[in-house]
Amino acid sequence: MRVVVTGLGATTPLGGDVASTWAGLLEARSGVRRLDAEWAAQLPVRIAAPAAVDPGDVLDRVEARTLDRSQQLALVAAREAWADAGFSADAGVDPDRLAVVVASGIGGVLTLLTQYDVLRERGARRVSPHTVPMLMPNGPAATVGLALIARAGVHTPVSACASGAEAIALALDLLRAGRADVVVAGGTEAAIASLPLAGFAAMRALSTRDDEPEAASRPYDKARDGFVLGEGAALLVLETEEHARSRGARVYAELAGAGISADAHHVAAPEPTGAGAARALSLAMRDAGLQPRDVVHVTAHATSTPLGDVAEARALRTALGDAASTVPVTATKSCTGHLLGAAGALEAAVTVLSLHNGVVPPTRNLDDPDDEVGLDVVRFEPRALPKGGAALSNSFGFGGHNVTLAFKAVG
Amino acid sequence: MSQQEILAELAQIVNEIAGVPAGDVTLDKSFVDDLDVDSLSMVEIATAAEDKFGVRIPDEDLKDLKTVGDAVSFIEKAGVAA
Repeated sequence: MRVVVTGLGATTPLGGDVASTWAGLLEARSGVRRLDAEWAAQLPVRIAAPAAVDPGDVLDRVEARTLDRSQQLALVAAREAWADAGFSADAGVDPDRLAVVVASGIGGVLTLLTQYDVLRERGARRVSPHTVPMLMPNGPAATVGLALIARAGVHTPVSACASGAEAIALALDLLRAGRADVVVAGGTEAAIASLPLAGFAAMRALSTRDDEPEAASRPYDKARDGFVLGEGAALLVLETEEHARSRGARVYAELAGAGISADAHHVAAPEPTGAGAARALSLAMRDAGLQPRDVVHVTAHATSTPLGDVAEARALRTALGDAASTVPVTATKSCTGHLLGAAGALEAAVTVLSLHNGVVPPTRNLDDPDDEVGLDVVRFEPRALPKGGAALSNSFGFGGHNVTLAFKAVG
Repeated sequence: MSQQEILAELAQIVNEIAGVPAGDVTLDKSFVDDLDVDSLSMVEIATAAEDKFGVRIPDEDLKDLKTVGDAVSFIEKAGVAA
């Protein structure tokens, strides 16, 4: 059975929808900003990549007020993806055959922090009755499932920064297993707040280039010094090819395979040889029936950390062999920052668009490539892709989670 | 505070929390059946009313406040008692 991508939705640091995000990537625009708010004044890192469009400005006020920001972002992206797939309130899907898989790395942490302040300052009776549905990690999946009336199952894989990609891998399983005809899958994250920033900074995982926000996220560059925390959501409408054909849907690409592995090495540090990541890559290619020569493009996880970027490059060389030195690789976190649980979904959407549009967006801030990387990383200008072929998207997460998605061009 | 004043303030709260037009919040309306207020929002409305009117609405009383009129009467009496 073939599974195809028929709809895309996103709200990101580059724009409030897919079109503006894609345009921003082709221009290699940066979504990273200085955090001027008072709550950030004492933090060791005062840069981040907030969503370009506040979801509260897009959604109905009453609808938005009982949703955590991560849920709001997911809902905005879900509605875009749903309409993009050609569905409407009138022309939908049998609810019993529609599933939702929306991941989040951290869940409703903004709600948790806000309500903890309420608890301390005003007492237990003033804590909002919406607190639990807003902070639970499955909240965004539930929000989307309620909005689209999905009754074939609503799921939330959590694997830190691999969550969004794992959601899409789970959707592929659901469709192949015949448990749904259509799955809306992806990830969301809204964690730009004092505690997550302080926590990531304490791990020394974040860039501290506060004086040059737009230059801070620089995957593969010699001067990279950590990732930049971003926020947003991205969702894909996936369906069986049979279902898509039966309704005459526009098909962006085929989701041809997925590979999942775990490092079992360290809770946060990447396995230095990239062996676990290479296994995910190889499994995805095998699942999709691909040889290294079939791969025309890779969207890397590449977060701009000193160790992670190099480990991923090793993994690509292991899995792709000689092809690793010629396949065009891009690292879109250079523009968007790191959307944690949404990153894998956003990068899957970008990979799909690269195949569909025949062009790869460039990696920003790659001025002085690290000699240890040894990949053909697209920089300065977008790169045209040949017609056809397949592309891979990598996502890795704290906990040692590795997920690779494989997409094939269609028509 | 008169019944009309309590109703007007309560209607504002219901509008803010549940999005019901304030003009629709009349004494005869059921929160659940007519105004589509769910149980979580009902708790929020009660808390906001406690702050607004300086009264205490215990849980065992809250479950009996089926209509807007029930709530207005409760607040009126509780306010007098306070």
